Amino acid sequence: MDNSDLVKGLGSAPVEAGAVTILYFARLKEAFGLGSERLALPSSVATVGALREFLRSRGGAWEVELATAKPVRVAVNQEMVAPQTRLNPGDEVAFFPPVTGG
Amino acid sequence: MPVRIQTEDFDAGAEIAALRRGNPAIGAIASFIGLVRDANEGERVTEMTLEHYPGMTEKALAKIVDEAKSRWNIIDVLVVHRVGTLHPCDQIVLVIVSGAHRGEAFAACEFVMDYLKTQAPFWKKEQTPGGGRWVDARVSDDAAAERWTRQEKTQ
Repeated sequence: MDNSDLVKGLGSAPVEAGAVTILYFARLKEAFGLGSERLALPSSVATVGALREFLRSRGGAWEVELATAKPVRVAVNQEMVAPQTRLNPGDEVAFFPPVTGG
Repeated sequence: MPVRIQTEDFDAGAEIAALRRGNPAIGAIASFIGLVRDANEGERVTEMTLEHYPGMTEKALAKIVDEAKSRWNIIDVLVVHRVGTLHPCDQIVLVIVSGAHRGEAFAACEFVMDYLKTQAPFWKKEQTPGGGRWVDARVSDDAAAERWTRQEKTQ
């Protein structure tokens, strides 16, 4: 995806260039009342684990569902990753509970 | 395409016939079908909704199929997984593996299911008389997938 087009399209400040798309599934999507969002990453958020902390600081359902003790899985660009994985502008980041298919 | 996500039901017999048609190298076919049960953890289940992560689901399943093909000398694999609203007795998932001999077909079929259970982004929500609830992942599923990792290490 070309971020410069997105920035122009949204008519936003250059900070949007560092934005990622975040998706939520299953229990998390229901608890947050949100399936996806675009988020300009604060400079302090460089990794998947830091993003989880940042989202948790929103309080309420975010604080409950993303609590350290909760088993939350994260995928970046549709591959499951570890918390120390670094984030890049334009990444698709997904938060979800352990999977239960089959 | 060895992987399909669909809301519609599937016909295992027709899928097996299509998979083996005209291939005399196939000497064995192993298959697995997962079904919706009417009870889970002591409660009656009246309905189940399956959600997934479009895009990642197909990639994760294709990766699992590739992994099975690299581990065993098998010929073909098909995975069909349903999403949407299902009821007790409905079919959820179908895995078919063809090969020259049964041993590798059985092993690969079980491997695909064990990995699907822990790696493919599907989530079940059950409706019970007490209301809706998300199904929790089972520790036994992680243990089942882990078995294959240990085997890999000892090979």
